[in-house]
Amino acid sequence: MNRIREFLNNQSHWILLSPYIAMFLIFIVIPVAAAIALSFTYFNTIQFPEPTGLKNYITLITQDSVFMQKVLPNTIKYAVIVGPGGYVLSFILAWMLAQITKGPRTVLAIIIYSPSMTSGVIMSTVWSVIFSGDEVGYFNSLLMRAGIVSEPVQWLQSPKYLMTIMLIVALWSSMGVGFLAMLSGVLNVNEELYEAAYIDGVRNRLQEIIYVTIPSMKPQMLFGAVMAIVNTFSSGGIGVALSGSNPTPQYAGQLIVNHIEDYGFIRYEMGYAAAVSVALLLIIWGSSRVSWKLFSEG
Amino acid sequence: MAGLKGRGINPSRFHKSQLKFYAVLLPISAFMLLPIVYIFFHAFKPFDELFAYPPRFVTSRPTLKNFVSLFYAAGSSGVPVSRYLFNSIISTLMVVMLTIWISAAAGYVLSKKNFKGRDVIFSINTLALMFVPVAVIIPRYLVVVGLGLIDNFFAHILPLLAMPVGLFLVKQFIDQVPDALIEAARIDGASDYYILIRIVMPIIRPALSTVAILSFQTAWNSTESSSLFINDESLKTFAFFMSTLTSTTGNTVAGQGMAAAASMIMFLPNLILFIILQSKVMSTMAHSGIK
Repeated sequence: MNRIREFLNNQSHWILLSPYIAMFLIFIVIPVAAAIALSFTYFNTIQFPEPTGLKNYITLITQDSVFMQKVLPNTIKYAVIVGPGGYVLSFILAWMLAQITKGPRTVLAIIIYSPSMTSGVIMSTVWSVIFSGDEVGYFNSLLMRAGIVSEPVQWLQSPKYLMTIMLIVALWSSMGVGFLAMLSGVLNVNEELYEAAYIDGVRNRLQEIIYVTIPSMKPQMLFGAVMAIVNTFSSGGIGVALSGSNPTPQYAGQLIVNHIEDYGFIRYEMGYAAAVSVALLLIIWGSSRVSWKLFSEG
Repeated sequence: MAGLKGRGINPSRFHKSQLKFYAVLLPISAFMLLPIVYIFFHAFKPFDELFAYPPRFVTSRPTLKNFVSLFYAAGSSGVPVSRYLFNSIISTLMVVMLTIWISAAAGYVLSKKNFKGRDVIFSINTLALMFVPVAVIIPRYLVVVGLGLIDNFFAHILPLLAMPVGLFLVKQFIDQVPDALIEAARIDGASDYYILIRIVMPIIRPALSTVAILSFQTAWNSTESSSLFINDESLKTFAFFMSTLTSTTGNTVAGQGMAAAASMIMFLPNLILFIILQSKVMSTMAHSGIK
């Protein structure tokens, strides 16, 4: 009995840490490792994975015309606008909120944060009604009454508009945890730093932001950046949710995440899908490296 | 020091120089709020108003009929909606409670205990902040198959428990707890388990509330487990049911009222929880920086 107690107390750190480590290994580390391993194989879920070397990657780069012509450009466009765009927007909103009094700030912060509470994919229900393709759709009815269009537009089925709508919905729901972190960062900048900066010759708000606010909240800026990247790539299913089909009409809203599901769960080419996953992980890792370089303090 | 008056981070009083910020913030907030207000009105619209052309935003004769028909509606194989809701509530509660405990225990160890490998584990966790589950959705599926969790209720719960952001925030918050407090307890003979449960966890309640909110959002909104890991219709969750509601009813008007009622059930718990805990979340976020 005493020995058990001794063990529990001497090894308490590993005992307390073990549930987290176990779940972390099983659902994060192993899937990432498995994705890398499977990406070098042919695997259709029935037979044992068959090693094929770099074949999947070669196919991805040289033969998958949908990937190179549609999915990758779409993903880059989507990621650049929703990622850095949403990030800059959330910083500006956080900074502005910090300039007003506490009561209204809290209310407006809750409103701005609220769309990110439920995932964009779920909220696409709402948006699909607003952009519905018949005259009962709000947007169509608005435009028709204003005389801008004479016939209802099939917003979500049209390759021309789908991407724009995806961007609107994604930006709408992108003010998440990172936004809250930045708001708290702006509010917690040491007052004395501003005073010192004014003595040193800072003249206006813009200079204040560049020379005082951002440098003194770099850690929050980095946290916000990482959250923005994660949010951007997690919300990748949005095109399929809005248009109701995978692949999306003429691949107009097809992002890497949809491509993975298309190959993995529709065509059962798991090895190839894994190679696409690895490509996505590399893109995410690369973008995080960039933000780390920009905001890291050491 | 005239310049100092112009700068107004966290002002205590309203001043007309703040009006320009309202001029930007109010329209943006209205845009953010509009779809949510829309769900609210739509959920209470009677049948003929849903059909009305031109569509009207505001409900003139609110009714609960959409909620009633939502609860009479059944999933594709006759599973009642209350069953999906029940599954969601149970799985979300379990995810929230287990995540709080797992993150608090790991955060305490990584913050206050010295042992080999501690810093490596925390750096790996910081790297994992950028983990995007959907990116490795296929190997995750294979892992769940390998563990025999297909059609098991725990498939809703286990994949969500390791939350790098949660551990990160909790650990940063525990860093603020003075070491002297823990040393004093240790000298009095308290074990780590006692210190964690009786001393650390009560102090870090704001961080734990934040973890609760984040894990609640992940679990309550998750459709991944229901659509991939669970085939048994009676074990699926409300979020999944809602996603089928929109894809099977499409944009037909009859389904819209029900879909709006369902979206409201999805959205409201998130909102209420956040409003209750928002001040705690904000104080946690003060320590959210990655150094």
